[in-house]
Amino acid sequence: MTMLEINDLKSRIDDTEILRGLSLTVNAGEVHAIMGPNGSGKSTLAQVIAGHEDYEVTSGTVTYNGQDLLELEPEERAREGIFLGFQYPVEIPGVNNAYLLKAAVNAKRKHQGLGEVDAFEFLKLAREKMTTLGMDPKFLNRGVNEGFSGGEKKRNEILQMAMLEPRLAILDETDSGLDIDALKAVAEGVNALRNPERAIILVTHYQRLLDYIRPDYVHVLSQGRIVRSGDKSLALELEERGYDWVSEAANG
Amino acid sequence: MSTESENLESLVNRRYEHGFVTDIETDSLPPGLSEDVIRAISARKNEPPFMLEWRLQAYRQWLEMQEPEWAHVHYPKIDYNEISYFSAPISDEDRPKSLDEVDPKLLETYDKLGIPLHERARLAGVAVDAVFDSVSVATTFKEKLSEAGVIFCSFSEAVQDHPDLVRKYLGTVVPRRDNFFAALNAAVFSDGSFVYIPKGVRCPMELSTYFRINAANTGQFERTLIVADEGSHVSYLEGCTAPMRDENQLHAAVVELVALKDAEIKYSTVQNWYPGDENGVGGIYNFVTKRGDCRGANSKISWTQVETGSAITWKYPSCLLRGDNSVGEFYSVAVANNMQQADTGTKMIHIGRNTSSTIVSKGISAGRAENAYRGLVRVMPRAHGARNHTQCDSLLIGKQCGAHTFPYMEIKNPSARVEHEATTSKISADQLFYCRQRGISEEDAVNMIVNGFCKEVFKELPMEFAVEAQALLNVSLEGAVG
Repeated sequence: MTMLEINDLKSRIDDTEILRGLSLTVNAGEVHAIMGPNGSGKSTLAQVIAGHEDYEVTSGTVTYNGQDLLELEPEERAREGIFLGFQYPVEIPGVNNAYLLKAAVNAKRKHQGLGEVDAFEFLKLAREKMTTLGMDPKFLNRGVNEGFSGGEKKRNEILQMAMLEPRLAILDETDSGLDIDALKAVAEGVNALRNPERAIILVTHYQRLLDYIRPDYVHVLSQGRIVRSGDKSLALELEERGYDWVSEAANG
Repeated sequence: MSTESENLESLVNRRYEHGFVTDIETDSLPPGLSEDVIRAISARKNEPPFMLEWRLQAYRQWLEMQEPEWAHVHYPKIDYNEISYFSAPISDEDRPKSLDEVDPKLLETYDKLGIPLHERARLAGVAVDAVFDSVSVATTFKEKLSEAGVIFCSFSEAVQDHPDLVRKYLGTVVPRRDNFFAALNAAVFSDGSFVYIPKGVRCPMELSTYFRINAANTGQFERTLIVADEGSHVSYLEGCTAPMRDENQLHAAVVELVALKDAEIKYSTVQNWYPGDENGVGGIYNFVTKRGDCRGANSKISWTQVETGSAITWKYPSCLLRGDNSVGEFYSVAVANNMQQADTGTKMIHIGRNTSSTIVSKGISAGRAENAYRGLVRVMPRAHGARNHTQCDSLLIGKQCGAHTFPYMEIKNPSARVEHEATTSKISADQLFYCRQRGISEEDAVNMIVNGFCKEVFKELPMEFAVEAQALLNVSLEGAVG
């Protein structure tokens, strides 16, 4: 079943056009990797899907489960099951990590017509997930990402994803800056979420992550367009030949 | 980025909920201030001669004083002869004996404010001395309090029934000529609350007063005096709302606290007066003098305030730490939105030995508001072993608001330990987007961040007040981003 359909999407920030006619179809149950050099538009794609208002969509369409995604506010998209794991998760001092997590879970439950989550069950579940991710449960009582190391922030993103159980998860360079243990923990967290109803988009610069999360498709982005699509082997080829290869291919 | 600033600068625009006027005939004095007006106020209240004399002296001193200009606030010059100095509901002659006799319109007013006296007082165990304009109209739980020997009544009643206590303590913390507004208050104050906790008594309930300004162009001059005798303990809550007005209304209150040996006073305020509209039209001028005197050894006075209202706030609840080992605390959240101006803080005057003080100030600015913290820590030459910790944090929402910090320290004893920490932070567009991406609406996100910022102060408030304060904050910042 088609979950996300992006058609000829163009988007700019301030006066700079970043996405220049991008098309992509993602079906439920699939894992797609989006690769590409710096500045190719990978993160912009993630932000546009999540609804960041600094990115203006100038043309094209994005359909998510049959509805016009671009019509929805960012929080509505989130409640409809879109999750963005941020490349640089922001710190929110003073706001308890558990509080944010619970508010997020409840916002989604409310949207689904469910009551608020039981506080005890919630904490129990959160602690379980944290153990799996190799996170100290003490992080629940700290300010959101406040003073977290890079790896801790990324694990915290995965924790939120695990608790929110999104239908479409987009992970924006979740692997950047992670040591091998953290990378494995994050990959395990992602793999645990793979199922036939869920789609995952991995935005990454390196193919290293793909050793742990095997994608069904790999797309290479250059200058705001997908210039090449293939399977896992494309990522390996990229690593060998470098991004210049696809950029040249795109221009030539 | 233009979208960001537009977002951030529009999250504060809910209309003032308490904007309504109760239609009750009032018995007001015509505008103007003179010795005759003061005599008229005093006569109407049937005051003993010492009170009239006290008022007149204050008035004469006030005439020689200048309105202060040092605060970081701006407002057109006030014409003190255009203000009416007395306004009482006409039914004053035959005061209600119980709530059933209270004018139903008044009760309705409180209802709109969410203070159902019957339920709230009974269920919450709070004794409410409700001040409607200048005269106290209903006092509950008086009997239970008097069993414990606690006196909790309107200031007017105290002048009639306990003149010796009033005479002994009135003006001993905030002298008549302390400052321009305090002198004005001393001359014309119409009513307020009086509390006396006898030796060794722990007040059996939280005492609470709701102030409300109703009649147009009526300055409200409340005077509160709380005396905690040796070894006693009291927690006092003050909450305020006012209806919507286009004319600015002056409020110049005085609060005096006296804590004798081993006594403790906790004074909590939630202030939600009409702040004016988004263009700065209307709103209350709140020029208040609040001071606590830790007169005895081991005494403690704690101020907690949540200030979300008023067009201009000029207020520095202070502690005189006279007794050895006495403790002063100040916990404050001040919110300024739209065109509001707040200049608030505290003074901690260390006089006795081994005195200590704590200051936690949280200022939130949004819209085009200006928020200033002004604090003085003074350690006198004989105050050996004085300690102070000051923490002063500012949170900015949007790009057109301002936060200012004016800390003053005067340390005259080398053994003093004084610490000052200050931070300024901003609610960023990135933080809001992060929360929204997690399904949390922008308003909820702002509330969450603001409440997180304020929680050190909220935890000092009595439970039910903390909930109210949080709700108030949410209302006053609604529309600050969006």
